[in-house]
Amino acid sequence: MVDVRSGIGEALPPPEVEDVELYHPHSWWTRYVFSQDAKIIAIQYGTTAIAIGMVALVLSWLIRLQLGFPGTFELIDAERYYQFITMHGMIMVIYLLTALFLGGFGNYLIPLMVGARDMVFPYANMLSYWIYLLAVIVLAASFFTPGGPTGAGWTLYPPQAVLSGTPGGRDWGIIMMLSSLIIFVIGFTMGGLNYVVTVLQGRARGMTLMRLPLTVWGIFTATVMALLAFPALFVACVMMLFDRLLGTSFFMPAIVEMGEQLQYGGGSPILFQHLFWFFGHPEVYIVALPAFGIVSDLISTHARKNIFGYRMMVWAIVIIGGLSFIVWAHHMYVSGMNPYFGFFFATTTLIIAVPTAIKVYNWVLTLWRGNIHLTLPMLFALAFIVTFVNGGLTGLFLGNVVVDVPLSDTMFVVAHFHMVMGVAPIMVIFGAIYHWYPKITGRMLNEAMGQIHFWVTFIGAYAIFFPMHYLGLIGVPRRYHELGEASFVTTSIAELNAFISVMALLVGAAQIVFLFNLAWSLRHGREAGGNPWRATTLEWQTPETPPPHGNWGNELPVVYRWAYDYSVPGAPEDFIPQNQPTPGRLSHETVS
Amino acid sequence: MSIVAFFLAAIAAIVVWWLAGQRLTSRPWLEVGHFHDRRGATRLPPAKIGLGVFLAVIGALFSLAISAYFMRMASSDWGALPLPGLLWLNTGILAAGSITLHWTRVEAERRNDEAARIGLLAALALGLAFLVGQLFAWRALSDAGYFLAGNPANSFFYLLTGMHGLHIIGGLFALGRVTAHASQTPLDNRTRLSIELCAIYWHFMQIVWLVLFALFAGWASGVIEFCRQLLT
Repeated sequence: MVDVRSGIGEALPPPEVEDVELYHPHSWWTRYVFSQDAKIIAIQYGTTAIAIGMVALVLSWLIRLQLGFPGTFELIDAERYYQFITMHGMIMVIYLLTALFLGGFGNYLIPLMVGARDMVFPYANMLSYWIYLLAVIVLAASFFTPGGPTGAGWTLYPPQAVLSGTPGGRDWGIIMMLSSLIIFVIGFTMGGLNYVVTVLQGRARGMTLMRLPLTVWGIFTATVMALLAFPALFVACVMMLFDRLLGTSFFMPAIVEMGEQLQYGGGSPILFQHLFWFFGHPEVYIVALPAFGIVSDLISTHARKNIFGYRMMVWAIVIIGGLSFIVWAHHMYVSGMNPYFGFFFATTTLIIAVPTAIKVYNWVLTLWRGNIHLTLPMLFALAFIVTFVNGGLTGLFLGNVVVDVPLSDTMFVVAHFHMVMGVAPIMVIFGAIYHWYPKITGRMLNEAMGQIHFWVTFIGAYAIFFPMHYLGLIGVPRRYHELGEASFVTTSIAELNAFISVMALLVGAAQIVFLFNLAWSLRHGREAGGNPWRATTLEWQTPETPPPHGNWGNELPVVYRWAYDYSVPGAPEDFIPQNQPTPGRLSHETVS
Repeated sequence: MSIVAFFLAAIAAIVVWWLAGQRLTSRPWLEVGHFHDRRGATRLPPAKIGLGVFLAVIGALFSLAISAYFMRMASSDWGALPLPGLLWLNTGILAAGSITLHWTRVEAERRNDEAARIGLLAALALGLAFLVGQLFAWRALSDAGYFLAGNPANSFFYLLTGMHGLHIIGGLFALGRVTAHASQTPLDNRTRLSIELCAIYWHFMQIVWLVLFALFAGWASGVIEFCRQLLT
């Protein structure tokens, strides 16, 4: 399909994609608010996601206050507690992590990294953000509806989710939640089509798939997965909405509520669990794969060394993406299923560990004898690796049916998924923001504040979640508002719980330092210049920083090499940008 | 979930076939210089790829819903509902719309603008007629006492036809825009591409409808038996 011409002097092939006619904004509104520029949309996505994420952060404080000091705060009664954990989980997983990785980083980095001027369907891209914003508003509005938001748990299992015993079940809460998710899926699909087609069709000349930075590979694969997995959530939400509003019995069995026989009958709650986890498990990797990709680029850049085993990394991303669709029932070991199915899903779950471990080895081997700069992005990348290994290993425990069944309803599971799906991707998000903030704003983030932020967050996260594994192992159940006098656990867990809560408050406070840093450095940060990290990928080679509308000025970049030419022997500098034909010469000198 | 498994297997096959042509085994660190991508000759417009990906998403949506249909069908309270004869007519109308759009596309390729305009209007009318027909079919069923919440079979019938109808409405919006655009100016390449995309979308919705129709008529039970045997 492709042939290689090593002769630099040869005539350049004609562009594969014609230079598009860009949409040009005419007013302040279309430039900064209803903008079709992927970079502005990315910032809008990012700000909205972080804003709603702060709500989830405050909710986690409230949860921890109740667990650490039960009975002290009258505000947090059992109903509110369940509402808080539900909203905390849903916001963090979908409205923060998914939106920030795909809508935020995807929008900012894909066009710049593949050498395009913008996404291929800018209008749909703009709509995607506004629909996402609507979903967030509907979600947030449920706090102010009669009965408050739903307290069904983030998995929204029926039948309890639509019954009166659950907060919001017979009120507005569950309706708002399901509507918000439906809106989110519609909005995401519009954005997702953009990300996929831009990677497929929008690449600059010379940017073959195997020259893509791993960040793009991660976001691309995650988007393909999301496009196939989100319909399951969509169908499940629509069907549950029918059950709740129109009295159908898709998921609702015959049930007596408060002594009253309800209209429902024959429905299958397990059916909902299948649909939900068919979405829910790929969702874990929808969040993890962009993180894998970004962290590969951070490590390579800040260790001044090419990524170890690039091909293997690409294959592993694709294989993980494929495998993640056939493991969903490992979330349902305690729901009851054919033992052979349990065996099948345990096997596929453990097999996923193979490509994932390859990735971890490759990160470590990239660091091996690299010229490691302990910059903030590197610190966060290192924190990601240890945290991910930690959470991944407990995942191997839980993937086995016999281990999962006793641990499933304990704090061990909470610790596991917060490590692997909460802390680890968030570390990458922070690292990525410290890494790309200079490109987005033209200024560096403050180093001192960043160091405080990193060390408090990293050590604090371990202080929170490490003891939680222990709590789980000695049998402290999750989802309980208050443990009370429980004879099956020692009373000393109260002190451990209080310690965890104090640490949670502290880590939360560190995020305020981070937000302040984001705002402060906008004005007072050190001037960054175009390429402060001396990185090879295309986004650092734009003629202007921050890149203007259209990214590349008059001429699209041409790509001559892969994304990881660091410390090439004999080269005058320790990095060679992707658009540089020979060591020491810039592309626009040879391209006429 | 076996239906979804088959659908995903099909998608996976396409992905693997595509990846196989992407030189995933190359050694990018050794290959410096121009890469000449020979796909240039058969390069598809982004909108077409976008539509293809979108159809995959719709396919996932319907195959998940159909999977749910089969799983729910296994319970004892399932009572199949009689299909209104009108659905046969609707199927014919939808098929006629699909054929009309195909003809329109061919005429547009032949630079036969007038015929293409007539074809677009006819397809639009047929699409609207299909929707009206579906509404009448709903009326007929509810008049006969088959309400949404009465039985899971009814619920699924209304849910699936409703989802299909919404997709047709979306398609009609796009088709309406193309028609309005085509009626004012001579057809250019962009409009021709839009017509082609509409035709592809219509064919796809036609296939989805045929699958749903077979499902409601009970012809698909043979398929599901086969799937069961594969799994056990």
